[in-house]
Amino acid sequence: MTQPKELKFEDQLKRLEDIVGKMESGDLTLDDSLKLYEEGVKLSQSCTKRLEEAQKRIEILLRSSSGELKTVPADDDLKPKKAKK
Amino acid sequence: MNEEIQIDRLAARPDEAERKIYTVSQITRLVRFTLEDMFSSVWIEGEIGDFTHHSSGHMYFNLKDGEASLQCVMFKRDNARMRFKAEAGLKVLVHGRLSIYVPRGQYQLVVDSMEPKGLGQLQLAFEQLKAKLFKEGLFDEARKRPLPFLPLSIGIITSASGAVIRDMMHVWERRFPKVHIVLVPVQVQGPSAAPEIVQALADLNAFGGVDVIVVARGGGSLEDLWAFNEEIVARAVAASQIPVVSAVGHEVDYTICDFVADRRAPTPSAAAEILLPPLEELEASLKDTGARLARILKREVDDRREKLEALKNYRVFLRPQTLVEDLLQTVDDLAKELETAARRNVEEIGNEVRFLNGKLETLSPQKCLERGYSIVFDAATASIIKSTRQLDRSRSIRVRLADGERRVDINPTGTP
Repeated sequence: MTQPKELKFEDQLKRLEDIVGKMESGDLTLDDSLKLYEEGVKLSQSCTKRLEEAQKRIEILLRSSSGELKTVPADDDLKPKKAKK
Repeated sequence: MNEEIQIDRLAARPDEAERKIYTVSQITRLVRFTLEDMFSSVWIEGEIGDFTHHSSGHMYFNLKDGEASLQCVMFKRDNARMRFKAEAGLKVLVHGRLSIYVPRGQYQLVVDSMEPKGLGQLQLAFEQLKAKLFKEGLFDEARKRPLPFLPLSIGIITSASGAVIRDMMHVWERRFPKVHIVLVPVQVQGPSAAPEIVQALADLNAFGGVDVIVVARGGGSLEDLWAFNEEIVARAVAASQIPVVSAVGHEVDYTICDFVADRRAPTPSAAAEILLPPLEELEASLKDTGARLARILKREVDDRREKLEALKNYRVFLRPQTLVEDLLQTVDDLAKELETAARRNVEEIGNEVRFLNGKLETLSPQKCLERGYSIVFDAATASIIKSTRQLDRSRSIRVRLADGERRVDINPTGTP
């Protein structure tokens, strides 16, 4: 069984499309239809939840002189926020 | 002719002491200085003949027109700035100075700048790189990856101070306010732009966490957009593990970066729209999908219920005994047929037996006796007598007639 929570959002959406497509084709056993329906409902709920939880975030990727990469949050005017000390 | 000249020279020969004698090096250097003085800055146009870009970085070639050929060298320090690729057959305008390569005594043009005739040098460089990468298959449709349907995290490589990032944010403000952006600020113009873009692509790939990368810049001249036509940028875009959208310039501007990227957006704002669907629509569609699933499931169940009803109405299910009755009748029919067949067989055999019996009877000796024949046996030996000689030897015989036998003694004389 695929664990819906481990899938990326777009993979969840794709899987959801798949499920709808398969169910619409109409040549499944009732058992399979029920299983797909359950999975589909879970996916659609999880997707909705993810969208609700998503937040606007603007970050800037910085590269230190030693080549280390890290992101720092930026203000809306795209200036990196001063790190709080 | 030659002899005459020699004779003239011999005649005119001054005294040994007055003769000015040069070494080969001296005279060569002298000519060299003269030449360099006279032609220290010349513009020459011609077509490039044999061309070698030596591993040392220097270029060796000749320029020619219909009648003459001129040996040229362009040193690494001068050709490094060239944006297009010099090659045989190209018509060019070069600037340089005439000199002599002393070891070979060969005069040559030391070129310090070269530009193509006809096309501008950027345009030519653009066409050359485009042709080269096309040939390598870097623009193939098959290489292009689909963009993620909903990138929840977007890497943007552009100037932090330009209008581009603001334009994109503006699109998302109304379309998808919950966007997550990782901005990598770079120069988008000037000599450091290309290496910075290459580094940014590498950094985003190494850092991960973004679903797609946008390389963006506002409009400008070919010179302004040049970084996006550099080979190192094209190769970095092609090498990116993360799909890349190229959004450089205005709609009419095409860059090499556009051709290599997985998707070209006509403008940065268009890229913002391509990347994210309107959030409201998405949420509505998710809600709708849930309802759709329920509808499909209900239809599935209804379909099956209908089928079940239809099956229940079949005659055999309504009166199962009819099936047995039919079978019983069939069995009876078969039994009847079997009996008829058997009876017919018995009759045929009886007829045959009667026929054979008749034949047998016709052939039996009793029938012969009944017709008046008789059989004669020797009374002593009981063997049938079939000749008079046999009869002559017998004293007593038995005669079988149809209705019985009689013993008959015979007169031994045998003669009547």
